[in-house]
Amino acid sequence: MALTGVEIFKLLPKTNCKKCGHPTCLAFAMKLAQRQASLDACPDVSEEAKKVLGEASAPPIRSITLGSGDKAVKMGEENVLFRHEKRFVNPCAFAVEVKDSMSDDEINKIVDDVLNSEIDRVGQKLRIDAIFVSNASNDAGRFEGVVKAIASKAPAVPLIIATNNPAAAETAVKAVADKKPLLYGADESNADAMANIAKTYKIPLGVTAKGLDALTALTEKIKGLGVEDMVIDPCAKTAKEIIEANTYIRRAAIKKNFKALGYPVITLAQRDDKMLEALIAALGVTKYSSIVVLSSIKKWKNLSLFTLRQNIYTDPQVPMQVEQKVYKIGEATPESPLTITTNFSLTYFIVSGEIENSKVPTRLAVMDCEGLSVLTAWAAGKFTASKIAQFIQESGIENEITHKELIIPGYVAILSGAIEDKLPGWKVTVGPREANALPAFLKSRG
Amino acid sequence: MAFTAPKETYSGKVFEVAIGTDKTAVFGGENVLPFHSFEGNIPHRPVIAYEIQDVPPDDWPETVKKVYEGVSGDPVTWAKYCQDTLNAQAIALRLVGTHPDRENRSPEDAAKTVKDVLAAINVPLIILGSNQIEKDSAVLVSVSEAAKGKNCIIGKAQEGNYKTIAAAAMANNHKLIAMSELDINLSKQLNILITQMGFDKEKLITDPMCSALGYGLEYTYSVMERIRLAALTQNDTTMQPPMLADVGMYVWKIKETQASESDLPQWGLLAERGIAWETITAGSLLMSGAEFLIMRHPEAAKAVEKFIDELM
Ligand code: B12
Ligand code: SF4
Repeated sequence: MALTGVEIFKLLPKTNCKKCGHPTCLAFAMKLAQRQASLDACPDVSEEAKKVLGEASAPPIRSITLGSGDKAVKMGEENVLFRHEKRFVNPCAFAVEVKDSMSDDEINKIVDDVLNSEIDRVGQKLRIDAIFVSNASNDAGRFEGVVKAIASKAPAVPLIIATNNPAAAETAVKAVADKKPLLYGADESNADAMANIAKTYKIPLGVTAKGLDALTALTEKIKGLGVEDMVIDPCAKTAKEIIEANTYIRRAAIKKNFKALGYPVITLAQRDDKMLEALIAALGVTKYSSIVVLSSIKKWKNLSLFTLRQNIYTDPQVPMQVEQKVYKIGEATPESPLTITTNFSLTYFIVSGEIENSKVPTRLAVMDCEGLSVLTAWAAGKFTASKIAQFIQESGIENEITHKELIIPGYVAILSGAIEDKLPGWKVTVGPREANALPAFLKSRG
Repeated sequence: MAFTAPKETYSGKVFEVAIGTDKTAVFGGENVLPFHSFEGNIPHRPVIAYEIQDVPPDDWPETVKKVYEGVSGDPVTWAKYCQDTLNAQAIALRLVGTHPDRENRSPEDAAKTVKDVLAAINVPLIILGSNQIEKDSAVLVSVSEAAKGKNCIIGKAQEGNYKTIAAAAMANNHKLIAMSELDINLSKQLNILITQMGFDKEKLITDPMCSALGYGLEYTYSVMERIRLAALTQNDTTMQPPMLADVGMYVWKIKETQASESDLPQWGLLAERGIAWETITAGSLLMSGAEFLIMRHPEAAKAVEKFIDELM
């Protein structure tokens, strides 16, 4: 919650000295409130005022980075409770748990699965983002060994070092400090020692406490110890507890600017029942978790969770788009049919998927319609006969194919005559309305 | 600074809807956002109805078709299997066979199927048309009469056919699904048009149109959230009927529930993938406000029931 101009004014020197370039302190305060000026412009502002104003202008949920390098994951910075208000900012990270009590073979297998988890979907590369290594063995030496082994096998993958034993934490963190792991496991009993480690190695600290009162007290204490970057765990176990804690945390941060809970949330979703675990993870994705820890990463489960995260974190105002071009699906030859659609990612992936299903090599011309679906683009005047004709002419496709037949989506059958008028020599064929009828349609053309 | 729980107070409440006559099912009635029992009252769990058809499910993918092998040849056997073996709390009979492009079965045939199914079960029945605007007007009128007094849900009334369908549901004392196309204003407008005919708004169920995970789920999700917020925070009574997520039919037609492992090894096991797709679609729509779900795969439905157990 930002401060008003008058609230800011009260913190300024009130001398109207004009050094900031504004006629009065009040005028400067108003600009600050609108974020059109920076506090640095006033040379006389007190340290106290800087602190208060700095905190008030910080994002309600602190930005935290998990790991370092290419695969580092940004978390926090959220501004809203509901995705239709404004795009959710930093997609929730998925981590898989590795217990150091597992055999080396088991551990290697999980790490391999993480490294091979990447899937391309609607043009985005999606993967398991991090490994959560827990000190289940209670043996500090084993813990350090496992952390090191994982870091050397998967050097780019962010690590979460999970233990509430400061001695085990220290050796493990030290071994991989340059990778900026998250140290998870500060609680009421070990806060001083854990804060010290986080400070020494400049890494974020995962803070756990049962309930939001205790969590508030603990993050305040740790902040007092000099640690700014935290990830919080209210220790909610059941789905009911998770939705309550996460909702309160997000609301407190966004609506009340409550700094003590203005941190990304980590949710432990592990369950014996894999389908239930997927649902708890889905709860985390939809309801405000920034990290979800899973017990296993089956490919089918990953695919559904990645897709959900992608859906929830898309911009509600700007649809996802694919590049305008003529795509070849299968081993398309100059004789293969030519179809056309819009560049809304969803439309493209559905249609190209069905063309693939048909096993009939085909060209799919994808026209830029600002990411709108076929009917929406048509209704908005972006998928019109003249624009389609122009696109086909400018695409140069005429030089690549031996025929002049264009197959259009059934829903815009009404355009067929007008396109033929504007594309002399071309024949327009109306395809089926629904893409799922495309395989039968393409096959029947022999 | 001490933490004070930022509770919300809501001025509105979702209507409570009870269906069936023998064994009944009740959903809705809450005065808070989905599963926010920490700041209000949620008297009922969401209800899941198992979907069956009047014709064999030849077009369903293998994963879900094989569950009903041996029973799905006949809607009565299929319905009894869902009720007695799978413990379905409600059954949704979709009359796809009435579609002119399919078997084009007559309204009289549909009425007979409905009567037979009703005679065989004691859980509530949801009767759905084939989603062909003109044909549904005829079919849903005839099945409404056939099911008179059974307190069913009839669906779906849409902009193009709501008058006849709503009139039939009203005359035969059924609940009614009103479906519009993924737009909060269209949904509100349709509810208003239907209530202006004298249909009791507390007997409506809103279907804002479902979409599968990965295929527009975010649109359904956000429209549902906005409808719930309007119902609860603005006390907009036109937005207070419970909401339906018609999950199964949208999920089991997309590629992820059908593509083979050999074609797409990176997508993982086909059977689990399909079930997970239905499970996650349903689970997410519970988060955005659905109180009533129609699903196909029993394992997906059971996973969602466990999730609801944990949420309540
Ligand atoms: C979501 C949505 C929107 C979103 C946009 C989402 C997007 N990225 O396009 C928003 C909210 C922004 C929107 C806006 C508008 N919309 Co709109 N929208 C929809 C909605 C609900 C779904 C569209 C969708 O995503 N479909 C899914 C995609 C995959 O479908 P598709 O691209 O058509 O592809 C399918 C087929 O066409 C086929 N296909 C595609 N390509 C090809 C190619 C070949 C060769 C073949 C054979 C087949 C084929 O395969 C696909 C799957 O079967 C529809 C209603 C509905 N349920 O369809 C209305 C709808 C399309 N919108 C409509 C309208 C009028 C508009 C607006 C003009 C005003 C309004 N009512 O809000 C604006 C215009 C936008 C603008 N910028 O000016 C109307 C169009 C009316 C008509 N029949 O002409 C519809 C039908 C709703 C209605 N009944 O009134 N809309
Ligand atoms: S420089 Fe500072 S003290 Fe001077 S007018 Fe600007 S705000 Fe006031």
